Amino acid sequence: MKSPTLPQTLFDKIWQEHVVAHDDGCPAVLYVDLHLVHEVTSPQAFAGLRARGLGLRRPEKTVATMDHSTPTTPGLVIVDDQARAQLQQLAKNCVDFGVQCYGLDSDQRGIVHVIGPELGLTQPGMTIVCGDSHTATHGAFGALAFGIGSSEVEHVLATQCLLQKRPTSLEVRVDGMLPRGVTAKDLILAVIARIGVDGGNGAVIEYTGDAIRALDMEARMTVCNMSIEAGARAGLVAPDDTTYQYLAKRQFAPKGADWERAVANWRQLPSDEGAEYDVSVVLDAQALQPMITWGTNPGQGIPINDNLPDARSGAEEKAFKYMALEPGKPLVGHPIDVVFVGSCTNGRIADLRQAARIFDGRRVATGVRTLVVPGSYAVKRQAEAEGLDRIFRDAGAEWREPGCSMCIAMNGDQIEAGQYAVSTSNRNFEGRQGRGGRTFLASPLTAAAAAVTGKVTDPRALL
Amino acid sequence: MKKVEIIRSRLNPLLVDDVDTDQIIPARFLKTIGRVGLGANLFADWRGARFDASSDARILLAGNNFGCGSSREHAVWALADFGFQAVIAPSFADIFQANALKNGLVPVAVEAAVHRHLVAARAQDAELTVRIDVRKSTLVLPDQEEVPFPLDPFARRCLTDGIDELDYLRQHEGQIAEWEARHARG
Ligand code: SF4
Repeated sequence: MKSPTLPQTLFDKIWQEHVVAHDDGCPAVLYVDLHLVHEVTSPQAFAGLRARGLGLRRPEKTVATMDHSTPTTPGLVIVDDQARAQLQQLAKNCVDFGVQCYGLDSDQRGIVHVIGPELGLTQPGMTIVCGDSHTATHGAFGALAFGIGSSEVEHVLATQCLLQKRPTSLEVRVDGMLPRGVTAKDLILAVIARIGVDGGNGAVIEYTGDAIRALDMEARMTVCNMSIEAGARAGLVAPDDTTYQYLAKRQFAPKGADWERAVANWRQLPSDEGAEYDVSVVLDAQALQPMITWGTNPGQGIPINDNLPDARSGAEEKAFKYMALEPGKPLVGHPIDVVFVGSCTNGRIADLRQAARIFDGRRVATGVRTLVVPGSYAVKRQAEAEGLDRIFRDAGAEWREPGCSMCIAMNGDQIEAGQYAVSTSNRNFEGRQGRGGRTFLASPLTAAAAAVTGKVTDPRALL
Repeated sequence: MKKVEIIRSRLNPLLVDDVDTDQIIPARFLKTIGRVGLGANLFADWRGARFDASSDARILLAGNNFGCGSSREHAVWALADFGFQAVIAPSFADIFQANALKNGLVPVAVEAAVHRHLVAARAQDAELTVRIDVRKSTLVLPDQEEVPFPLDPFARRCLTDGIDELDYLRQHEGQIAEWEARHARG
């Protein structure tokens, strides 16, 4: 096992390490190092365990938080009985089954994909799953991380394993350096626009190239986060010194001699010279511009100054109709009603700093509702220590408590039918941010630029 | 799991590409802690306009990349609770497909030409009936033409023999314990 004859990819190495069994004609039994749980997709799994009279095989490898249906208003007053029942159920399940839960009263609570990395739970070389498709976020650390359904949540709780078919590999190489005002969000929107919302189906994407290496951890998380929007099972970035610097001294990161040993192991993870991917795609970072989606899937994105495309398919016709936009027209200058800065894509401290650069000394345009929602309490505290909350408030934006908020609109934070929102989240599906609502996905810079101008605006003019 | 071998039904067409799980079951209906009753809100925002909820067909005829978006198994529970036993589409999103198979909802991926043929035939004849043979993993068209669809052998066995994946996993207890012992941190 120590002397592989063929060069291996990062994915090959993690996969091989975690295969517990592989019977002929069956999917592999894959061991799971870290299982993250939230209130929406877990109750049925715990109920399944109860029905079978099973416990958790390794409760210490499961960590729970509350994020999707939690309020973000001061005082965290839950107005919705169903949401309350769901949150109470998770708290009870965690007590009954011995799972660590960062609940409503925890000052370490936050969006599941924000707190995993910031607590140091997410580490290179791990397998990580969660009943949530944006689990791909953790791939930024060189961990194989993917979303699973509730039945699989039950499987992992009971056995710490999953049945998995081996995915294919897709390399997305981004050469060069991102120009000023062009962010990781723009990069990933450009990737999805290029390969399509099913371009990654069946695959694990490894992001490589100079532009990726130059990204900080938060930007890498933004990129990996949206791998699922290209249909991929997971996204990966090889770990390097940037990764280790981020992880060092975090609460659950190894310490002392264990840390040294861990880093030595992690250094073996990156893809070997000459390792082959099933498919490779190359992008030039220099050529990228701020991106914005105009349609109803994350692949329907354009460079912000481009005109809208022609309706080239039924899906695009449907999207134009839902969005009430006209093919061939510019999107820049289009009036907007709501701006949302937050989510597991862009709710980290680096994202808030970006938004603050635009908000600083400016005012939110009249009639625009702007929500800034930190991804976790740690992010919130850090932002407040840096005075970012003041910048947002002085600009006229709402500074909220952490949670998924308007990304999924389950907690009462939502847009109205017919309204246009510029959102830093990851999905522009019909009704995602509120029934009948229309979403333009963009970076924190572009979202903030829209907030202060009241319309779709190239943020580079405001930097 | 309940065994699934033969499905015979008319088709309920929903011919939109990239139907995401937010459309199948909008997030506002995810605040349930159970898995039943979700059928009442299947395609809640598309009823009438795009989805015919009055049809009692057991097979959904869908477009490309069906079930993309979130990992919510609620999407599959909603389809199954509504009464669907299979979805025929040119392709499916990964997690949706895995979730479907775990709930006895058969994802039938057919080639574009077969799909076009079915769409056209269904447009001509609302009573058009097809048969899905899970054991052979074939779709039998009204003219008796039999077209294969991909179904990995394990998934097929789970469906036809009613094998429960968790039971299967638990049979590997010995190997799991060995793996853990090998990887125990010193
Ligand atoms: S922020 Fe949005 S995408 Fe991320 S976990 Fe929450 S609901 Fe899902």
